[in-house]
Amino acid sequence: MKAAINKMIPLSVVDGPGCRTAVFVQGCNIACAYCHNPETQRLCNGCGICVSQCPAGALSLSGKNVIWDEAVCTQCDHCIRVCPNYASPKVRWMEAVDVWEQISKNIPFIQGITVSGGECGLYPEFITELFTLAGNAGLSCFLDSNGCVDFTKHPKLMAVTDKVMLDVKAWDSQVFHRLTGKDNSVVKKNLNYLAKVGKLYEVRLVCLDGESSSGPSEDKEVDMEDVIRGVAAEVNPYLEDFKLKLITFRNYGVRGKMENRKSPTQNQMEKLKELAVQCGFKEIQIV
Amino acid sequence: MNKILDIVTSKNLTYEQKVVALAHAAENSLEVLSIPERTHHYMDTGAICDLDEGHAPYRPRYIMPDYEKAVKNGCEFLQMEAPKDLDEVLQYLTILYRHVPSITSYPVYLGNIDKLIEPFLNGVTDEEAEKKLKLFLIYLDRTITDGFCHANLGPEETRAGRLILKLEKELQNAVPNLTLKYDKDITPDSYAELALYTSLYCANPAICNHKMHKDTYGDYGISSCYNILPIGGGSYTLARIVLPRLAAEAKGREQFLTELLPDCLSCMGDYMNERIRFLVEESNFFETSFLSTEGLISRDKFLAMFGVVGLAECTNMLMGDPQKTYGHNEEADDLAEQIMQVIADYAGSVKAVYSEVFDNHFALHAQVGIDSDHGITSGVRIPVGMEPELMYDHLRHSARFHKFFPTGCADIFSFDPTGRNNPAAMLDIVKGAFSLGDKYISFYASDSDLVRITGYLVKRSEMEKYYEGEAVLQNTVHLGGDNYRNAHLENRKVRGLQ
Ligand code: SF4
Ligand code: SF4
Repeated sequence: MKAAINKMIPLSVVDGPGCRTAVFVQGCNIACAYCHNPETQRLCNGCGICVSQCPAGALSLSGKNVIWDEAVCTQCDHCIRVCPNYASPKVRWMEAVDVWEQISKNIPFIQGITVSGGECGLYPEFITELFTLAGNAGLSCFLDSNGCVDFTKHPKLMAVTDKVMLDVKAWDSQVFHRLTGKDNSVVKKNLNYLAKVGKLYEVRLVCLDGESSSGPSEDKEVDMEDVIRGVAAEVNPYLEDFKLKLITFRNYGVRGKMENRKSPTQNQMEKLKELAVQCGFKEIQIV
Repeated sequence: MNKILDIVTSKNLTYEQKVVALAHAAENSLEVLSIPERTHHYMDTGAICDLDEGHAPYRPRYIMPDYEKAVKNGCEFLQMEAPKDLDEVLQYLTILYRHVPSITSYPVYLGNIDKLIEPFLNGVTDEEAEKKLKLFLIYLDRTITDGFCHANLGPEETRAGRLILKLEKELQNAVPNLTLKYDKDITPDSYAELALYTSLYCANPAICNHKMHKDTYGDYGISSCYNILPIGGGSYTLARIVLPRLAAEAKGREQFLTELLPDCLSCMGDYMNERIRFLVEESNFFETSFLSTEGLISRDKFLAMFGVVGLAECTNMLMGDPQKTYGHNEEADDLAEQIMQVIADYAGSVKAVYSEVFDNHFALHAQVGIDSDHGITSGVRIPVGMEPELMYDHLRHSARFHKFFPTGCADIFSFDPTGRNNPAAMLDIVKGAFSLGDKYISFYASDSDLVRITGYLVKRSEMEKYYEGEAVLQNTVHLGGDNYRNAHLENRKVRGLQ
């Protein structure tokens, strides 16, 4: 089974417990306004726009397919910036066994692997195959997901997944829709399911600068306090079993209406943490 | 005489540094060692380097007193009884340290400091203990003005160890260096993680592979720049073979391996034996020092460290192909291993005098370099700025060469500060590296004021002062400042996020 792989980080210290290899798949089922790697959202449609703009001549077109010559590429990322389609020409379709062969070189330095994206939930069969191989080698297998694919419908994948890191981007369904273009009932369903079966590793909240959310209603993106209270109420019996990660929004890599948006202050982040403590979360981290 | 006047009138030496420099100049006015012509040749080319140890050895280079014994028995010469409480043990140790000589005149080894203190913490609250330990640590940093000084922790978790780690993070001291002896079957993960976390704030402690060192000679300590030595003994001397300077006179690979290198090794071995002979037979050190007469050290626990430096450059010179370099090419690494094998065979066969504790052989040591080295990489390390893209490849390479060095061989990694959020990840790296045979790893954060130079720590802020020509407290700031510039350490690859 193949998947479109955007990149692999052999040694990551920010994608779950311990040292892990992180695999980033290409393609996402939502489009967040604050996405900080928008070039992972869609698959290349072969429009060819990036090809002529590559300063190193690493790209060429063969029919509708872009060919990327990794040996010539200087990783300047210009292609990604000019792509009008939120895609990247530097993506490889890889078999699970080939991805595994790359990852296995990192043993004994890693304790597990994490599949992130894009959205990992778009490649359930590929990941099932990859996780089976990794699990047999004694590595822990994590998913990093936006929660918009219903995990209860993928029992085989869940059987080989140790834990999931779940984004909860907004609690109010209209706000969620405005931010991502999708409905968040599946996210809530996943939150419940994962907490109950003990597979929730952490819930991640991207925190925006609170000031702008008191502005006119179309600008009122996300009420973080609402998200924290919502999650706490929804999975109240399990609050000690997973981490809450409060992620400070930063505009690196962001494109579109939020690209100049300021980060929340440390003070605002601390206030959110206080609220989380009051709501009963045990392990809270601000990053 | 001009040199002496230069010392006397220097503007960037403290009074204390002048006294030590003057003593060194006096020692060097003697010629008591017998050195053959051929050895002189290698010393002139710099292929054999005596690290400026002085012309008439009158104390061992590194001394590792048995402090446990001293604390248990008291010390007659210093007129001190065995300490009975925390105040007494801290005072006892500070006094004792003051009387332990070394090549730099400062003690290079302060003991398994956690274990020395732990028994005296009974009935003392954390708060009280912290206050006292803090004063103790500050005293050490400000009076042992020499970054080569070293103390050890672990492998067991102790309350004293936890308190010291907490204080070090806060104090940001360069002295003493700390090393945690780590054994995954003894050291709890949480304690090792605390140590690694601390190291991303103050570059201390470094981590030593306890499993690989615990049987080298029984109880061991780590002193100075990662010298693994027997407790109750130490190292008489450390000379080093500077491989690229030797390779400069080679007439090809074969001649280097079969003629030049063996000849130089034998000159260096003879020279080291001559130093040991003078120290043991003529200097009267072991007859007169109270450390020796009271059994805190014993002559038969000393050995001599045979230093190797610049394997990378030597290999690259002999390869003569910029496409095939050490750390990046199999053929080059094979040649490097061949070179090391010749050195190891020599050390394993020739007799080192008065070296019973190491089976009467020289003990190989991956020498970390000195301030005046230009274009010579520490021991068997891969040159700064040339490190393999992947840290994993780097560590695998290290493991292949660490095996040759019983008395210490280390890697230093400049780490991305985000590692602070995930010390378990750093521990995974340590566990992986140690399982492959890496002997010693240290980390510092790429944004930290304290920087590990070749083994010792120096503050960037102090180096700035030295560059401006001011006198600075610690002598290692001079060495570090020059080394940081000459070896371009700011280019060390930052590990963590790729
Ligand atoms: S990153 Fe993109 S634009 Fe830059 S060299 Fe590589 S392929 Fe070309
Ligand atoms: S990567 Fe983007 S710009 Fe390049 S061909 Fe594909 S869709 Fe077009």
